[in-house]
Amino acid sequence: MRKSKWFSSLYVWLVMVFLYAPIAVLIIFSFNDSKSRNTWTGFTLRWYQELFHDRVIIQSFVVMMVVAIISSIIATILGTLAAIGLSKMNKKLKSIVMTFTYLPMINPEIITGVALMLLFIYLKMEFGMQTLIVAHITFNVPYVILNVLPKLKQMDRNTYDAALDLGCNSFTAFTKVVIPEIMPGIVSGFLMALTYSMDDFVISYFVSGASIQTLPVAIYSMTRRRVSPKINALSTIMFAVVLLVLLVYNLAGSRVEKTGRRKQGGDR
Amino acid sequence: MKHNLWSKAAGLALTASLLLSSLSVTGFADGETEYDMEYYSQLAGKDVTINVYNWGEYISNGDDDSLDVNAEFEKLTGIRVNYTQFDTNESMYAKLKGGGTTYDIVFPSDYMVSRMIDEDMLEPLDFENIPNFQYISEKFRNPSYDPENRFSVPYTWGTVGLIYNYDMLGFDPDSWDIMWDPNYAKQILQFSNSKDAFAIALLRLGYSINTEEKFELDQAASLLKDQKPLVQAYVMDQIFDKMQGNEAAIAPYYAGDAINMMAVNDSLRFVIPKEGTNLFFDAVCIPKIKSDTEESRLRKLASEMYINFLNEPEIAAANIEYIQYSTPNDAAKALLDEEIQNNPVIYPSDESLEKAEVYVNLSPETNLYLDELWTQIMSAEAGYNYWSMPVFLLGALALSIGITVMKRNRRRKRDQFSYDNNHNTF
Repeated sequence: MRKSKWFSSLYVWLVMVFLYAPIAVLIIFSFNDSKSRNTWTGFTLRWYQELFHDRVIIQSFVVMMVVAIISSIIATILGTLAAIGLSKMNKKLKSIVMTFTYLPMINPEIITGVALMLLFIYLKMEFGMQTLIVAHITFNVPYVILNVLPKLKQMDRNTYDAALDLGCNSFTAFTKVVIPEIMPGIVSGFLMALTYSMDDFVISYFVSGASIQTLPVAIYSMTRRRVSPKINALSTIMFAVVLLVLLVYNLAGSRVEKTGRRKQGGDR
Repeated sequence: MKHNLWSKAAGLALTASLLLSSLSVTGFADGETEYDMEYYSQLAGKDVTINVYNWGEYISNGDDDSLDVNAEFEKLTGIRVNYTQFDTNESMYAKLKGGGTTYDIVFPSDYMVSRMIDEDMLEPLDFENIPNFQYISEKFRNPSYDPENRFSVPYTWGTVGLIYNYDMLGFDPDSWDIMWDPNYAKQILQFSNSKDAFAIALLRLGYSINTEEKFELDQAASLLKDQKPLVQAYVMDQIFDKMQGNEAAIAPYYAGDAINMMAVNDSLRFVIPKEGTNLFFDAVCIPKIKSDTEESRLRKLASEMYINFLNEPEIAAANIEYIQYSTPNDAAKALLDEEIQNNPVIYPSDESLEKAEVYVNLSPETNLYLDELWTQIMSAEAGYNYWSMPVFLLGALALSIGITVMKRNRRRKRDQFSYDNNHNTF
């Protein structure tokens, strides 16, 4: 019994090492005093300083963030509405629409990228921020739908009817009852869209224009010369920020849960 | 005849620009650096923006207290610069060819310049607006890729050579043969880009790196196949870490990058093999301007000012210190450290360049054939065959049909026990 416990915790740690070792190496080498990626030559904060002077990296970082945030907000709105519509469809129609929803996800990114590029050229759209945002919305919407749909399924249909009975019109019933009920799905859909949008290289590569580029595209362009350690520094900062946000979010979440439970207990 | 005319025109332009610059007020922009303010302030306040498309890490950007060239240009001229980067000539070409974007400045390599000239993708430069062309070394004018020098101004140049670890080899090789020496199996690195890898094989065979003979290409391909078991890895920029960390003994790479590696690891040395090598140029060009409007004319002038600015001796020197390749700009070279100017790795003697060849644009058929050969070399062991794709597709189809049938069966069975499953369909 005890042995198996010891074994399973070892296994968990191995998985953790496997997942986080690359990030650990990246973080360590962001403090390395030379451009080398395998020999340690001394501690420095130089890359962090230079990072903030590097216009190209900072600008492409800003572009990446702006595109990610705008596209995932729009995708969240579109996706939530689509999910609500889907949940009320009859089975056959729903399965057809869902198949089309899955398509952008299972389609190789490069095909989506090329297809979008051709479409934008056909429509004579100038490549730039607008094409990037449209493209990102396209592949973000399915993730939102897939996160919101299960929440709608879990929801008791009667709560909506009850809200109508208690004097809500359909709009207020929607905003006051349905939306709060499916909020966790919306939030996780939004976060997933945000992540995928920030991650995306292939599609952005095809639809970014002459005036802007996203960070992944900028990093890729460095491979002929050498990827600058400034990228390590930036990645470290991003990792730290995300970690912090998650920690705060989870701590706050667990606290809310605790107080919520206490309240419930008190009521009884 | 044409050449003559051109040099006359260039001469005229030169005298005109000299006259102009002697007349104009020269200003002090940066305390020490002197720019022709009358020239550079032409477009101030006109709200002009240019889109510059350069290789990654290929301009001085303010690292280590170096000069931030783009910021400096914006400050000097009031022209806004949108700066984006590409990774290969081919991806840059595809972006331009695809349309939907307007680039004002691109930095193609030699063979890509001639390809773009052939396909009418470049705009002739007005050298009257680029007086600093005077600093470009005579050797590098009218290059083979742009014989009349109408479309491009060289930005950097360099050679491909052999980087080797002297401590691991114990002697100084002088031939590409060493890359096929079984004594150093798994100590050899090779380019992962087909053009450079083929060039090395062709040079070893004594052929031109620009050959279009199928027979010669086939021979080179089989040579590269033979080399495969000896190669530790096909790489590009990982060469830095592998060579610096003594993980490999022999690698071909660009001279400017070799300097970087040699600065970190003392046992590394560089040689241009006796069979000759590839001499490469990266040039600055203006892509074809599609519409003739007031705005496009201003943008072209702004782009030419940018090219001129890149050839200001101080600016070109700052860039070359950052990039560490070789500069075709004589005035900039004179500003570099004595040590660098006399370094035979970066500025090899004319004799060692005698056998160096510049890439030219190959026919589309040859390019296609090269791609095909390269795929064959890379997948030689993978056992790729043409049937695998349809078999895979059929398999996937059969699997999905199987799953659907199974699901349906299971549902039918379940339905026998409970008739109502459609309760929760909100």
